[in-house]
Amino acid sequence: MDFNIYDFTSFTKWVDNALNSSMSPLLAIIIELIIIGLVFLLFYAIVGLLLVYAERKVCAVIQNRYGPNRVGPFGIFQTIADLIKLLMKELINIKHADNFLFNLAPFIVIIASFMAIAALPFAKGLQAIDFNIGIFYLFAVSSLGVIGILLAGWSSNSKYSLIGAIRSGAQVISYELSVGLSLLAIVVFAGTMQLSGIIESQADGWWIIKGHFPALVAFVIFLIASTAETNRGPFDLAEAESELTAGFHTEYSGIKFAFFFLAEYMNMFIVASIAATMFLGGWMPFHIAGWDGMNAIMDYVPPIVWFFGKTIFVILMMMWFKWTFPRLRIDQLLNLEWKYLLPLNLMNIVLVAFIVLMGWYIK
Amino acid sequence: MTNDQLKEKISEWVSGIEFPENKQYLEVLVPANSLKKLAELLHNTPETDFDYLISLSGVDYVSHLAVVYHLESTSHKHFLVMKVKTEDRENPNFDTVNEIWRTAEWYEREVFDMFGIKFNNHPDLRRLLMDDDWVGFPLRKDYKDEIKMIER
Amino acid sequence: MKEVIQDIIIRNSDDYIINMGPQHPSTHGVLRLELSLQGEKVKYVVPHIGYIHRGIEKMCERDTYQQIIHLTDRFDYLSAHMNNEAVCLNVENALEVEVPERVKYIRTILDELNRLASHQLWWCAFGMDLGALTTFFYGLRDREVILDIFEESFGSRLLHSFNTPGGLMHDIHPNFQKRTKEFIKYFRKKLPEYDQLLSNNVIFQMRTKGIGYMSKEVAISYGVTGPSGRASGFSCDVRKNHPYSAYDKVDFKEILDTTGDTFTRYKLRIAEMWESMNIIEQLIDNIPEGDYTAKMKPIIKLPVGEYYQRVETSRGEMGVFIISDGNKFPVRVKFRTPNFANLFVLNKIGSGNKIADIVAISGSLDLVIPDIDR
Repeated sequence: MDFNIYDFTSFTKWVDNALNSSMSPLLAIIIELIIIGLVFLLFYAIVGLLLVYAERKVCAVIQNRYGPNRVGPFGIFQTIADLIKLLMKELINIKHADNFLFNLAPFIVIIASFMAIAALPFAKGLQAIDFNIGIFYLFAVSSLGVIGILLAGWSSNSKYSLIGAIRSGAQVISYELSVGLSLLAIVVFAGTMQLSGIIESQADGWWIIKGHFPALVAFVIFLIASTAETNRGPFDLAEAESELTAGFHTEYSGIKFAFFFLAEYMNMFIVASIAATMFLGGWMPFHIAGWDGMNAIMDYVPPIVWFFGKTIFVILMMMWFKWTFPRLRIDQLLNLEWKYLLPLNLMNIVLVAFIVLMGWYIK
Repeated sequence: MTNDQLKEKISEWVSGIEFPENKQYLEVLVPANSLKKLAELLHNTPETDFDYLISLSGVDYVSHLAVVYHLESTSHKHFLVMKVKTEDRENPNFDTVNEIWRTAEWYEREVFDMFGIKFNNHPDLRRLLMDDDWVGFPLRKDYKDEIKMIER
Repeated sequence: MKEVIQDIIIRNSDDYIINMGPQHPSTHGVLRLELSLQGEKVKYVVPHIGYIHRGIEKMCERDTYQQIIHLTDRFDYLSAHMNNEAVCLNVENALEVEVPERVKYIRTILDELNRLASHQLWWCAFGMDLGALTTFFYGLRDREVILDIFEESFGSRLLHSFNTPGGLMHDIHPNFQKRTKEFIKYFRKKLPEYDQLLSNNVIFQMRTKGIGYMSKEVAISYGVTGPSGRASGFSCDVRKNHPYSAYDKVDFKEILDTTGDTFTRYKLRIAEMWESMNIIEQLIDNIPEGDYTAKMKPIIKLPVGEYYQRVETSRGEMGVFIISDGNKFPVRVKFRTPNFANLFVLNKIGSGNKIADIVAISGSLDLVIPDIDR
């Protein structure tokens, strides 16, 4: 196997071999887990902070203003300063709240988003665990977060929180369907549920191009549904500042609030990277079958750059939605899902199956 | 309708009406017991058609308490000021007009709050602007509050 | 017989009550709305007011007429100029003072500029209520230009007690006409952006069309005036029906619509902004030369009597009822403020809708809370 600086498989193999040869296998696995855990924790914190900063700058551009520009050059340390402020804030205990569940809720939310990162392929071989049912795992884990939101709303003994939580429950459960079905379209195209397999299948072109019309429909539906699933505007009914003050996290303060806040941004990153992986080829460079010269040039760009570039593209789209659209009402939100997106999605899957059967996609 | 026609019409309907002098507009002083009857007639008769209650204010004239109704007709564009007064400062009360002009419900609550004038058959006569446990009626001339008010 | 209009509030002990306010982002101030919920649906809305009651009517009884002017700014702080004007016109009419033409023109221009600034802020806040956060900055960007003009001429941006019985406090700044014309030119370009950003948005139209319907009868019976009343077909524009200042000299339309839902109230205010610009353009070049105030005595004593004057503020009809006993202090001053009447229609048009609709409806009524509480 030739050495390629863009292929991390040999690097991870080397780390694995080095550890196994110097200590017992059990200890080696434990140390590997700790390394991965620390790396992800660091990654999580950095991405969270950067996303908060990015959102502030993006919304500032959309709204004709400067955004943070005091702390550090271009205000890049603003989010760090905010984090320190949130860490030092008092944790207010709510009377008559269910204290155990109240404290548990932010952890459930943050753990759910944390678990999802494990299956994301950042580059070739740079993936913590490559399940053969990777897509299923991502569905399962990303919908765990709603339990935390429901607990937060219920346990904080506030009417605003409860309404926010119930809205969020109804919303996430219904939009989960659309997220799943739109991804299923790509699974049918690729013929596998393994994330690395799906990326390999896009070596000669991304699914959004190869799958033409039905893939595009699936992509748009996925964008809408995943924005809704992450409770971001225009689907931020769970928070709905002008109606419910802050929805399910009205009663939270300090670092517990920061957990919800961070989890929201991480969820956005996760759905954006799933969109990038499934529709836009993940870390796979832009290839057109037959154009070898261009394909070779594209290969010079590292896969990490491709992956994050595509993810950031999707994230920017989601930010753009949030800062231009008004919020939907709860019944309109559910109508959109059950009356429009779901039937459309089901028809789309049938269409995809038919296209795959006839081989009408671009090969 | 011109002011003279209105005067004629109103004196036909209700007895005991007075028309005080006013440079700007027609003013009608109604006896308290025929207030509601006149209000209903003014509102429901097509020729008068006073369907818009602009404002309802309580006034303390020291010698008596009064309620002033500023009325306008949106179709005929004529304007009328209806006044009703009582000398009873302990337990003043008038009939409510809130079924006729809905906006009166809250104006009447305000008048009750500020002057202590009660309105019979009012659906929800509570204090509106002041606290529920406020003592006294602030806009009356004899209201005293040594701490919060500066005398001049 | 006319149809009897009522609103129904049936309280049960097991109602799920939510108190929206006194501190809440969408009540625009210290207003408390008691909402009774059935799931997301609102059974009834009971407004509770008085959190910012300052007793201005009582204060007026120990103030001279010049002093009262400064209190009126604090009702509807977004149409401070019109509130001033109501008192000034009332005093001038009672004294039968003829104010110079120049004053009338300037007052009318300032009225309309103030109306524009007020509608711009309303537009910002309405977008925010519906969750479109970007509108806030677009509206404020344009409002800032007007406030700069105000600042230059009056030394104050918001509560400029520029009117005084008999005329104005001082003459306008030499730059005033030039800058106002520049602003009109600028804002004619910017106002279509409002439509692009919000009015034409599908979600926005879904949220506002057919919500909070108010019929003409309801509007009249509840005394809902201003753009909210006119959206229901209630022709209540005081500028047109009882012209004051220079409104009889300008050619403008009273914008009326009969649809009466939240979207109509929205569109009507946008249309009013265009109309306000028309009025300013007709007047700005024709301000006559002359004094900025009529000759007035330093101590104003109104003749014995009762006086009523109405003007059109940006939210509806403002009335001032003064009772004088010939002294320098009035016996009683009653302010008929537009928002007081506008607020209480909320249960009639709001109950039966969703929580989010209540926010939209109260936003479309354009409530300013100090105006309600006085």
